[in-house]
Amino acid sequence: MTWQPGASIETLRERAAFLSRVRNFFAERQVMEVDTPLLAAHGATDVHLKSLAVYQDDICLGFLQTSPEFMMKRLLAAGSGCIYQLAKAFRGEEKGPRHLPEFTLLEWYRVGFDMFDLIDEVLALIQHEILGLTVKKIAYNTVFLNTFGVDPLIENLPKWQALVAEHVAMHAVPDQQSDCLDALITHVLSPKWPVDQITCVYDYPAEQAALACLDPDNSLVAKRFEVFLGAVELANGYHELTDAKEQAERMAKDNARRQAAGLPVMVMDDELLAALDHGLPDCAGVALGLDRLFMLKKQKNCLGDVVSFAI
Amino acid sequence: MATANTSEFKGGLKIMLDGSPCSIIENEFVKPGKGRAINRVKYRNLLTGRVLEKTFTSGDSVPLADVTELNMQFLYSDSEHWHFMCSDTFEQYSADDAVVADSKPWLKEQDTCTATLWDGNLIAISVPKFVDLLITHTEPSVKGDTVSGATKSATLETGATVQVPLFIEEGERIRVDTRNGKYDSRVKD
Repeated sequence: MTWQPGASIETLRERAAFLSRVRNFFAERQVMEVDTPLLAAHGATDVHLKSLAVYQDDICLGFLQTSPEFMMKRLLAAGSGCIYQLAKAFRGEEKGPRHLPEFTLLEWYRVGFDMFDLIDEVLALIQHEILGLTVKKIAYNTVFLNTFGVDPLIENLPKWQALVAEHVAMHAVPDQQSDCLDALITHVLSPKWPVDQITCVYDYPAEQAALACLDPDNSLVAKRFEVFLGAVELANGYHELTDAKEQAERMAKDNARRQAAGLPVMVMDDELLAALDHGLPDCAGVALGLDRLFMLKKQKNCLGDVVSFAI
Repeated sequence: MATANTSEFKGGLKIMLDGSPCSIIENEFVKPGKGRAINRVKYRNLLTGRVLEKTFTSGDSVPLADVTELNMQFLYSDSEHWHFMCSDTFEQYSADDAVVADSKPWLKEQDTCTATLWDGNLIAISVPKFVDLLITHTEPSVKGDTVSGATKSATLETGATVQVPLFIEEGERIRVDTRNGKYDSRVKD
């Protein structure tokens, strides 16, 4: 049994200074820090997220939040203006060198920003912490076209399955195009990105929109981006979907997929939907894995080395 | 048939992959962005000894392999087979050359080794990290030859050849590291 912390006290001291610099970064930009509950009535409908339920005796009190997104959007709808949060987030069944079931997210929203404005701010924050990095911004379809000569925005499952079969040793080739594309990013594309390069991939396929709005000029594209440092994913952001009706449709679609996969159906967050209905200001938001950024800054490979205790 | 899913994949678990029994070395959970979680698994094919990697979708399951490890005594080898006896049941097993492969130079009759059985068949033999063996032939040492680190060749009772320090004589027993085939120390009887 080891009772000692995973990170040394010296590393924790550096972590404290790191958190303080992050707070300064937002203070200088007049972004307000907020603090939303970890325990909330609704869990995530996202098919690939497992919300942890909290019980008191036999009664379910709610779910530990997989991200502070919905609560923060309710603040935005209530007129908060630009906000950020250093939030603990919880995701069941996620445990590995770069995943912990409880971890720290830095999540922020910028009213009036579009996707590219927010990308620049994410890059500024990372470059403020780690010096000497190069930056590459590249559209999602360009990444795939450059390497495979095939457009990932076009539905062509057999082609992508053939590419996965050729390039990735998988136990079973996935039966969804988005899973095939993910496999090619994790196994073929991202391993080639230099360790000192920030790669920002933007304009994801609409199928992988999550909570991003679609491009008004091209319905195949969602205004979503991801930021990688080397091959490690650091952040995921959107030009936020503000349409309550479309949000409800996406949640219903998530739940239909949950049902088909034999997963529990999650009650839709009607408070979020009511907030969107009231009106979410036009904004862009992003969630950045703060433990991962600190891990890379410290040149470690494992999150357990940079947090006090990894459960 | 008993199966295991990716959340049960732990180091040492024996599973069937591509028709071969395999032993899991490492299992890394990865969840890409908003996508489906995967497990990157490193494993050893127990028939070939090769270490390979394969990615599973989290939740995938595979059949378990009926693999057991037993202590066995090496009895003898003939022109085709190597014969062993289980130390507990006294049951005898035989294996062909390929199965004994890397352990061959260090196998001495009567010695105990670890045998891996798959569905009742011997598929691998591993010897202890260190074995003590008799030197059956080596050139006598030359007086005054004191160059430090110098070695000479010695033939062991199993037929294997190892490099030994110059002071080691024929008829002595030495301890050999079977992982790299190197001389470790002289054994005092």
